[in-house]
Amino acid sequence: MLQKESNDGERRFNREEEEEDDDDADGRGRDAWERTYADERSWESLQEDESGLLRPIDNKSLYHAQYRRRLRTTTAARIQKGLIRYLYIMIDLSRAAGETDYKPSRMVVVARQVEAFIREFFDQNPLSQIGIVTLKDGVAHSLTDLGGSPESHIKVLMGKLTSSGDASLQNGLDLVQSLLNQIPTYGHREVLILYSALSTCDPGDIMETVQKCKASKVRCSVIGLSAEVYICKYLCQETGGSYSVALDESHLKELVFEHAPPPPAIAEFAVANLIKMGFPQRAAEGVISICSCHKEAKIGGGYTCPRCKARICDLPTECQICGLTLVSSPHLARSYHHLFPITPFGDVSPSVSNDPRNLPKNCFGCQQSLLNPGNMPASCVSCPKCKQYFCLDCDIYIHESLHNCPGCESFRHSKSVSTAEG
Amino acid sequence: MTPVSVKLYTDDVSLLMVLIDTNPFFWNSVKSALPFSKFLSHVLAFLNAIVLLNQLNQVVVIATGYNSCDYIFDSSTSEGQTQRAEHLLQKLEDFVNKDESLCREDSVDGPGFSLLSGSLSMALCYIQRVFRSGPLHPHPRILCLHGSPDGPGQYVAIMNSIFSAQRSMVPIDSCVIGAQHSAFLQQASYITGGVYLKPQLLDGLFQYLSTVFATDLHSRGFLQLPKPAGVDFRASCFCHKNTIDMGYICSVCLSIFCKHQKKCSTCGSVFGQAPVQDSSTPDRKRKTPMDA
Repeated sequence: MLQKESNDGERRFNREEEEEDDDDADGRGRDAWERTYADERSWESLQEDESGLLRPIDNKSLYHAQYRRRLRTTTAARIQKGLIRYLYIMIDLSRAAGETDYKPSRMVVVARQVEAFIREFFDQNPLSQIGIVTLKDGVAHSLTDLGGSPESHIKVLMGKLTSSGDASLQNGLDLVQSLLNQIPTYGHREVLILYSALSTCDPGDIMETVQKCKASKVRCSVIGLSAEVYICKYLCQETGGSYSVALDESHLKELVFEHAPPPPAIAEFAVANLIKMGFPQRAAEGVISICSCHKEAKIGGGYTCPRCKARICDLPTECQICGLTLVSSPHLARSYHHLFPITPFGDVSPSVSNDPRNLPKNCFGCQQSLLNPGNMPASCVSCPKCKQYFCLDCDIYIHESLHNCPGCESFRHSKSVSTAEG
Repeated sequence: MTPVSVKLYTDDVSLLMVLIDTNPFFWNSVKSALPFSKFLSHVLAFLNAIVLLNQLNQVVVIATGYNSCDYIFDSSTSEGQTQRAEHLLQKLEDFVNKDESLCREDSVDGPGFSLLSGSLSMALCYIQRVFRSGPLHPHPRILCLHGSPDGPGQYVAIMNSIFSAQRSMVPIDSCVIGAQHSAFLQQASYITGGVYLKPQLLDGLFQYLSTVFATDLHSRGFLQLPKPAGVDFRASCFCHKNTIDMGYICSVCLSIFCKHQKKCSTCGSVFGQAPVQDSSTPDRKRKTPMDA
């Protein structure tokens, strides 16, 4: 496994936030006191310093370095991103998913991560859709159709968690490929496969299926739970996806979440197009109407399709009656930060930071003191545009959640303006 | 900040981030209705009331200026504990002078917009720091006392702040002092579950503030607060700035157009085909596969 060395640090750090839900299944036959040591691995949160003393690991800088790596890979200049995605999550529910090397079992862990992923996915890609496919007993089964509501997917998935038989990658890919062939050309087709098994039990030649996926521009990515498998690697290479193998639960989470931001668009994968969309207005309170999605009479608070005037309960969706895509302007705005990413902040060189006069006392964002106890300057970063200094925590928050530089935003004429009004 | 662990934060302890609009062009335009000094006396009384409600309540004031934004007051710092008003007014005066000195020569016609996106971003950074401080912390909320008109160029930045606030479950309350409604703040309050209010009588500003915005988040559930009026979520097209019901979206950059175009004016993509209606078209014959 290639990632082993590079991820060692993260892994050690992540141990800390390891799940506390000890199910009865884990560590059977051990005493409770033994289990606390075996599970918490408290020794992993210590490191040896130059003089041989034991010290707690400096999580902050470690975490920051990890974030930096993430940032470097994602904000590589202005790359066109595929914002309208059609993603199938393929979950392996074969016998191997019942293994208990992940606690309480692989499939429960995978389901938990998929649940979190689905929420994160719709948060970042409000105009995209997800569907779930499971592999079990040698066949592939479409659990949910492509849709935009996180709750419905999660509910169905949680009801279907049993494992048996073998996994067939080929059947799964065939199914997904035929389903994805029906989506409009401007959409980006993707499959994310969470594969527990070490083999695939196929009815025919899987190489042909891989070529078929490649021909219909489906980007296939695989996250393995056991070990690297050649066919998975080959599939990802051929279709432009990414292949990785998880070391433990926290690593798995990280790998799954890497798929939440929109991937770089590959020009010939999706044709640029204009999509007709409607912006429904909220119906007045107290109006009684029959909604087209649940077929129930409801009072107030719905939306009205501008084309066919049907009542819809939630956005974004497709009108059940006329098929118009219905969104509200905040849904579009939610994706804009992918298009206008903020520049990564630069490290402050030691020559500057060693001279306390050059450095402001507080972080520009949160007013946290930039001096360590003992008046030593703490590590900080600065924005290349507005030259303000920020603490490491703010740096992470600004780039991962806020997507605004407070410094650039609070000085006039200091930023490129993108005009768009809601 | 005093160490948080020694304090006992219950569910009714608030952290109130107050964003004060200090845009001089705006205050000049409403001089007769509500002079800035009168506004400040309302706000100071309100801030005192907040600190009075619970001894652990914390108030942070950020000035939203015309050219810059800055922290004006933090009740958790040592200077903030005593001589609250004097301290705040002194810092505010410094800020206004600095803001003025940053002003460029070219005069502006009409009240320009103030830098709401900047002060919102700073407030959110501060709130994240409070979240980091430990499992027990005061419940944060943001109150925008805003009057300047919306700056169209800030749209993306403000929306980013709104979504970040929504993710961390921080409500953004807004009290609009200006003449017209603020579409940005309406959306901000609606999306984050805050209260949006445009007082009718500015003379009674303190009463509006104390009856609507003083209660902590926990007690809000028991109150009948102003209901969100209709928020207009329709988009306006990039080409004519018209508000539209139905429009065309560029699949690459999500620009909005009211008519069908050949080429996207924002990102330059050329649209190959006729607008795709939602009846999906199978695309197997779309292109000759280059690598089959």
